[in-house]
Amino acid sequence: MAAAQEVVTETPTVEAPPKRAMTLGYGTSLALLGLLALVPLFAKNFIIFQMTTLLIYALAVLALNILTGGSGQFSLGQSAFYAVGAYSSAILMEHANINYALTLPISGVICFAFGYLFGKPALRLSGIYLALATFALATAMPQLLKLGVLEPWTGGVQGLVVDKPDAPFGLKMSQDMWLYYFTLAVSTAIYIFSVNLLKSRSGRAFMAIRDNEIAASAMGIDVARYKTLAFGISAGITGVAGALGAIAVQFVAPDSYTVTLAISLFLGMVVGGVGWLPGSIVGAAFIIFVPNIAESISKGLSGAVFGVLLFLVIFLMPHGARQVAMFGQRLVGKLWK
Amino acid sequence: MELLINQVLAGIATGAIYACMALAIVMIYQAIENLNFAQGEMAMFSTFVAWQLMQWGLSYWEAFLITVVLSFVGGIVIERLLFKPLAKAPILTNVAGFIALFAIVNSCAGLIWDFTIKEFPTPFGSAPFLGSQLISTHQAGMIGVTLLLLLLLFFFFRFTRIGLAMRAAAALPESARLVGINTSWMIALGWGMAAAIGSIAGMLIAPVVFLEPNMMGGVLIYGFAAAVLGGLTSPFGAVIGGFLVGIFENLAGTYIPGVGNELKLPIALALIIFVLVVRPAGLFGRAIVKRV
Repeated sequence: MAAAQEVVTETPTVEAPPKRAMTLGYGTSLALLGLLALVPLFAKNFIIFQMTTLLIYALAVLALNILTGGSGQFSLGQSAFYAVGAYSSAILMEHANINYALTLPISGVICFAFGYLFGKPALRLSGIYLALATFALATAMPQLLKLGVLEPWTGGVQGLVVDKPDAPFGLKMSQDMWLYYFTLAVSTAIYIFSVNLLKSRSGRAFMAIRDNEIAASAMGIDVARYKTLAFGISAGITGVAGALGAIAVQFVAPDSYTVTLAISLFLGMVVGGVGWLPGSIVGAAFIIFVPNIAESISKGLSGAVFGVLLFLVIFLMPHGARQVAMFGQRLVGKLWK
Repeated sequence: MELLINQVLAGIATGAIYACMALAIVMIYQAIENLNFAQGEMAMFSTFVAWQLMQWGLSYWEAFLITVVLSFVGGIVIERLLFKPLAKAPILTNVAGFIALFAIVNSCAGLIWDFTIKEFPTPFGSAPFLGSQLISTHQAGMIGVTLLLLLLLFFFFRFTRIGLAMRAAAALPESARLVGINTSWMIALGWGMAAAIGSIAGMLIAPVVFLEPNMMGGVLIYGFAAAVLGGLTSPFGAVIGGFLVGIFENLAGTYIPGVGNELKLPIALALIIFVLVVRPAGLFGRAIVKRV
């Protein structure tokens, strides 16, 4: 059926931001970090808890951003990796009595392996097909966690309850506040790692693949290796976020990790700006707070209000928060002159 | 052996649902090269419109006809109002738009018609078909309508000027514009047709799964699966994909021990991923050759 073949010029599915525009300058980053470190000192426990959740979701969105914005691969299945991370951490804490901080790297490694292995068959898929395959993974995950065979470890439908860690070294700090600073430290470390990753040789390989796979392989980039690597790294970071999420919520259950979570994370990435790492936190704020705002505007129509708000956001800034940041940067630049 | 035949028949019956939905999905994919996540919700809304018209005293076929026309217009209006402004935005932003549309339609339907389950009539009756307990006349009718739709679509795309223009606009938008085709309106037309086909699918599915705002959730996933399995570029493939998914789902539920209703979906999806890994363009899809 040679005649039925279609030849098209490949247009990148993810439009490419210039590399310098993928991160913030040092000054802005430090100011933001300072702000994040200071706010809890003046906030109530509930708000601190929400900020912890914000950071955790921001990590998960960041992971998706590396995969989609970095290497150009779609995923609607991040909730599966998040679930594996959460469950690994919970099981290690409950059944093996491992310290909560140590479960994070272990969850990360488990998820890296899982993502890497999933990335292997997914290599043959791209675009919408890859989206469907990952979507399938996300749909299947809650059912797999409920399996009777795994019940002695996973606790089946009931899930597992996790203890919240106390602040160490006799620090006089509430559990929520300690967990917040712990999360902030982990997130900052992972953010720095991600920024450097994208600046490195591997990061450039990711972006070359994103922009044009054929051209990238012609330049000598091992496309298969870097695509699976991107999947692995993304899954690993999502796994760490999942583990932190399990510790923060003190509870894991199969139905917390449905496709809805994967879709939320995807929306977070789009709102934050695809390929713009600092946007992850804006995206995370959107997916945490906007549903609440929608609910407070109208209980019966919360879904519709959420949809309308989402439409407003993508109409006003189709390139996400990155667009606003770039606009602001240009404005500041003009005023400076 | 009898069990096998019965299960295959039952699979074809459920497969008809997926085939209907897959046809609507392929229709929109032809026009915009993207999967519309709100497709199922749009179909659900249309079905509610038909139900409302019947409540107001119209006969089935009157309501059917009006609903199809309304859905066609509705599809075009949605495209013009919401997605035409996003035509230049990145693809991922468009996908976010579909999700937003999903939330809006679902929530509005819930508010207007609430979440109680409603019965939807069938024009074909529900007696056993040809004496078989597994396929009812409604399901046979559904298969018939799906095949008829497929035939109509084939004739439309193959033998009408406007069908040709739509294919051209989808395949090579730039060149199509140069020969005087209004590609922007072709996309709107694609939305309209997809909404109309979706409404027919919704009205055929509703007597089986019952009418409520969340009725399309599962169906849409299977519809996507069917469309992708058959190949997103081929309406014929989508219908065959629908039947195959239905049959496989039933056989897996019957023959693989430990697979209850819970694991039917994951197994069906695993099969699809397997097929995609072997044949990335789907069973009947055309491979697209890319150049740098």
